[in-house]
Amino acid sequence: MASLETRGLIVDVPGRPPGRALDLCMAPGECWGVLGPNGAGKTTLLHTLAGLRAPRAGLVRLEGRDLPRWRRREVAQRLGVVFQERHDEFPATVMETALIGRHPYLSPWQREGETDIAHAREALRRLDLEHLAPRLVSTLSGGERQRVSLATVLAQSPLWWLVDEPTNHLDLHHQMATMTLLEAQARAGCGVVMCLHDLNLAARWCSHLLLLYSDGEACWGPAPDMLEVEALERLYGQKLMCVEADGAPVFIPTR
Amino acid sequence: MSDAEARRRGGSSLAGPLTWLALAALLSQALALALGSVALSPDALLAVLGGGGEPLHRTLVLDLRLPRALAAFGTGALLALAGALMQVLLRNPLADPYVLGLSGGASVCALLAMLAGLGASLVAGAAFGGALASMLIVFGLAHGTGSWTPTRMLLTGVVMAAGWGALISFLLAVSPAERLPGMLYWLMGDLAYAGSPWLVLALAALALVVMVPLGRTLNVLARGGMQAAALGVAVRPVEWTLYLVASLLTAVAVTTAGSIGFVGLMVPHMLRLRLGNDQRLILPASLLAGGTLLTLADTLARTLIAPQQLPVGVITALLGVPSFLYLLYRSR
Repeated sequence: MASLETRGLIVDVPGRPPGRALDLCMAPGECWGVLGPNGAGKTTLLHTLAGLRAPRAGLVRLEGRDLPRWRRREVAQRLGVVFQERHDEFPATVMETALIGRHPYLSPWQREGETDIAHAREALRRLDLEHLAPRLVSTLSGGERQRVSLATVLAQSPLWWLVDEPTNHLDLHHQMATMTLLEAQARAGCGVVMCLHDLNLAARWCSHLLLLYSDGEACWGPAPDMLEVEALERLYGQKLMCVEADGAPVFIPTR
Repeated sequence: MSDAEARRRGGSSLAGPLTWLALAALLSQALALALGSVALSPDALLAVLGGGGEPLHRTLVLDLRLPRALAAFGTGALLALAGALMQVLLRNPLADPYVLGLSGGASVCALLAMLAGLGASLVAGAAFGGALASMLIVFGLAHGTGSWTPTRMLLTGVVMAAGWGALISFLLAVSPAERLPGMLYWLMGDLAYAGSPWLVLALAALALVVMVPLGRTLNVLARGGMQAAALGVAVRPVEWTLYLVASLLTAVAVTTAGSIGFVGLMVPHMLRLRLGNDQRLILPASLLAGGTLLTLADTLARTLIAPQQLPVGVITALLGVPSFLYLLYRSR
């Protein structure tokens, strides 16, 4: 079983009461959206799910085995993370950056082979970045860099995608393209967990939702059950109205 | 496959740049052997290296110049390699063993040993101990209560270096005048007492063999600890390895030739501007280029105002600063 589960998980957000422990069971093919106000711990949860940060309590299980009992390299072959912040102090081309996604599959003495290059090239093609392959990442715009990050994980071809704000900095067309790509990953049997700021993207693309409140409370379930106006108003502390467009509910903040 | 094509494909062609750097290294050795108080023609030098030549030339080249030229090469290689590793460790192109206070600690201990009137080998031992002690202090303090960040470590190192600098000034101020020239030479680097070159050369080769298999891991680490962990790198053990190896290389380099600045900072940075940041290329390239630079600098140091000698650190700085500034200005 290829599930990603949490048992009694409380993420470690400094200075916050424990709140409700998370007992999530996420299966491949599902597309989970994590919603919540600033500072609710969305990014912290994502990092905890990836095993990059120790939880305050509880545990994360990947394929039925506790995450700390996996080797980092084995985790990286199954689980890819798109971070919100990036470090490019050193020069690197777009192609080189996509290629580091192949790192978990290569042994120390091995150089990237034809297969790895083919994976990276295909990833760049799917994110409209082929023409930028020789460019230095530091010369790209914010949205282009965001797509490079997605391409790196696509080259990594994990079973689980953990994505922090996939549409950050992206123009409208690439927002749609990116969400379509993530949905296609879920259709192809991957699991997707993403933090989202845009309620409407969540309403339109996610099969399941997890709402994280700023006091540590949480609730989760299939998306249609979670998209209650009152619950979402309480989540953001913001009055909302709901209309329907293009086959999905659309939430508009009211004055 | 051309370099540009190789970089576009993501890998980097190792052979091209490394061949050129190896040729430059050989050329610098030949210059170091041929130039000096008695200059040798290429023919005379070849005769000596072929096993013949005049006895005077044989003594000059084989007993005097060759050990020193090799020691210069090895020391420069160690410093550049240590700098390249430190920069990846701290994710900061400005890091180098000197910025982190390692050479400061070595200098203070070496000066104390000189003040106490100890012999050259004990001064070297004191320098080695000082570098290692400084490394332990910086790493221990940067760890603090557990949270370790590159910025915190860089700051700790910079502050330690400033502290060592003050101690050095204090020691110089209270030292008797007749000891000052020796101390100043040591502080600015001097290869005249380098001794046998084999330790530095062997260590440089060993470090390369240990670090090059880690090259791709270091490439990933350069993009941040979190990103590296997400791609399967065991971050903390790799960082410890980096720090220990870089510190050891620095300690041995400082012990061999005193405190020589700029090589560790400049050489890897200049190479990155030209060759990109694939550590599998940058590490061996740093070794060759660092060795070449220090060999040339030392040759100039002992020939410019011969028979007097200059401290080699002065030459590396005088050569390095303008070329570094030019490259930085020209870079994208």
